[in-house]
Amino acid sequence: MATAEKKPMDLLRFATAGSVDDGKSTLIGRLLLDSKSIFEDQLEAVEATSVSKGYDYTDLALLTDGLRSEREQGITIDVAYRYFATPTRKFIIADTPGHVQYTRNMVTGASTADLGLVLVDARQGLTEQSRRHALILSLLRVPHLVLAVNKMDLVDYSQEVYDKIHAEFTQFATKLNIPDLEVIPISALAGDNVVNRSENMAWYQGPTLMHHLEHVHVASDRDLIDARFPVQYVVRPKSDEFHDYRGYGGQVAGGVLKQGDEVVVLPSGMTSKIAGIDLFDKEIDMAFPPMSVTIRLEDDVDVSRGDMIARVNNAPTATQDIDAMVCWMTTAPLRPKAKLAIKHTTRNGRVMVKDIQYRLDVNTLHRDQETKELGVNEIGRVQLRCTVPLLVDPYSKNRTTGSFILIDETTGVTVGAGMING
Amino acid sequence: MTETHADYQLSQLDQLEAESIHIFREVAAEFEKPVLMFSGGKDSIVMLRLAEKAFYPAKIPFSILQVDTGLDFPEVMETRDRWVERLGINLVVASIDDAIKNGIIPDAAKISRNRLQIPTLLNAIEENGFTAAFGGGRRDEEKARAKERVYSHRDEFGQWDPKNQRPELWSLYNGRLHEGEHMRIFPISNWTELDVWDYIGREQIEIPSIYFSHQRRVFERDGMLMTETPLNPCREGEVVSERTVRFRTCGDITLTGCVESTASTIDEIIDEVAIARVTERGATRGDDKFSEAAMEDRKKEGYF
Repeated sequence: MATAEKKPMDLLRFATAGSVDDGKSTLIGRLLLDSKSIFEDQLEAVEATSVSKGYDYTDLALLTDGLRSEREQGITIDVAYRYFATPTRKFIIADTPGHVQYTRNMVTGASTADLGLVLVDARQGLTEQSRRHALILSLLRVPHLVLAVNKMDLVDYSQEVYDKIHAEFTQFATKLNIPDLEVIPISALAGDNVVNRSENMAWYQGPTLMHHLEHVHVASDRDLIDARFPVQYVVRPKSDEFHDYRGYGGQVAGGVLKQGDEVVVLPSGMTSKIAGIDLFDKEIDMAFPPMSVTIRLEDDVDVSRGDMIARVNNAPTATQDIDAMVCWMTTAPLRPKAKLAIKHTTRNGRVMVKDIQYRLDVNTLHRDQETKELGVNEIGRVQLRCTVPLLVDPYSKNRTTGSFILIDETTGVTVGAGMING
Repeated sequence: MTETHADYQLSQLDQLEAESIHIFREVAAEFEKPVLMFSGGKDSIVMLRLAEKAFYPAKIPFSILQVDTGLDFPEVMETRDRWVERLGINLVVASIDDAIKNGIIPDAAKISRNRLQIPTLLNAIEENGFTAAFGGGRRDEEKARAKERVYSHRDEFGQWDPKNQRPELWSLYNGRLHEGEHMRIFPISNWTELDVWDYIGREQIEIPSIYFSHQRRVFERDGMLMTETPLNPCREGEVVSERTVRFRTCGDITLTGCVESTASTIDEIIDEVAIARVTERGATRGDDKFSEAAMEDRKKEGYF
């Protein structure tokens, strides 16, 4: 029984940054409400709370304040994920807190984002905080950035205010790595230019926020040239029906893999050809990111978890020496000689900190070379020596093979996030 | 030959599937003894399907665990048995009645069985030495779940500490545990109710018949339609009548309400879900209604 083919929807993951004062929660509440993703029972709960607190209007921010401690403090302290969809796209929002003491949460939210949304209050213009948010998004190589100039209703929808912020930000952005920037004047509270075009800003010719989110082109952000397949799991059925089956399960991290491709297995360096690519019970022509497939090779080579399948003439670098930007996420500072566990793609090892070259001031971009340690929520350039070779690409080329996490071996907690330089 | 990027686009459903398969494989590779918590509901059936795909043509390399509340819908049990049979996987049943008999949990007739699921589940995890338990929780279900990690750490008491969660970056999951701790794994965290239905429709997989429109003798309680059953006697003033209904979730028969609906195919259900104005839990789950923070409290104790 065939169901009518609908046009397939695609997916956009975006991260929001801003503090309560910038109206971020209100904006997300507005996006959910205007895209009809809020259900009656959720809205009723929020309306009842707003009335009991004596607010003049329904506080849409309450829709997204999840944990009780946050409701009590009235702040968002952790990354929260929200979902909404329009007929063409599904959206996953990583909603992150804005204050400097929550930089690690923002890094977390940005790590999987295709687009970053930074909010500024039109009355205040660019602040240290908005610059920091843009910097973090650019460090995490989030390819698209939207600067939403919020609370335009409180500056009489003034084009002059918008132009000034636009110019100032564009100037600042030249120091960062932002391939695509859009600056949109909005009022989250009143709804101007969020989903519906504002009647109060005829001078603005650009897209509404929702229109931009729906149409921004993200498919070409992935690397389709450099084939990278970290082996996750060896599939061996050990059944009569599939007696000789041996496949390598994993998620494609880069490039396009096809049957017949000559490949190299790293770190061993053994070469073979792709005999076939399986997706469940079907054999498929090719695999590209972010597909999860099972690859079979023609030769009986030794392949296990942690290995990487790549092209013979286009392989990642195998190295024990890692030069990376590290965001430190725990209160005890990172110092030279520290020993930690590392997870990179599907490979685990241990590292020692050789050197902390500099600490980056996330507000000014200044590189502090004097302080040889990283405190919680600080980002710096770090040299690591690993017990095993890692198969790496620069983070700027591949966000999967260029990233790693650091784990405290005693507590088991994730304490650092790294982006490999090069 | 010209190839454009447009040729290499994955639909949102394919991307979600790929992410979930990645999670299943990661857990199977890194944990000593994972288990899949199976409720019989549509979300846990979608998990079974994803696990099947992740390891095919090999069998799913872990058991499934079900908490038998004694209050499950018979239709749900039938579907469960067919899936277990087809996949050839090992089923572990942790029964609340047995747990009461063995003195693991108190026989408190007045306590909701939903509450008793928690100690029964935790006991089963401990007794079997499971180090990772897959759950079908989705972040869109409830506010407290919006911040849950894919790998959600539980201490030796099975508790979740929402203020002290491990950061989770990229698709690099940290599965480190100490003795006695375990990890809850949520492979369909990023799916919405509609995604789950779209996937069931696309994959043409079997779900319990109570999800589809049928005739049922029901009565109204707290704004919900409840099944007439000796397990849940009517109170004074509650009138039983036969209506055309379906269920949006599968839970405890005494707490799970149904909605009036004529949707008898997946496509009709999808249409209904797409225009639904009330969340699936808000509409039909008595266990979430007790307080605004009801879910958060139960999660801290070790609920699914």
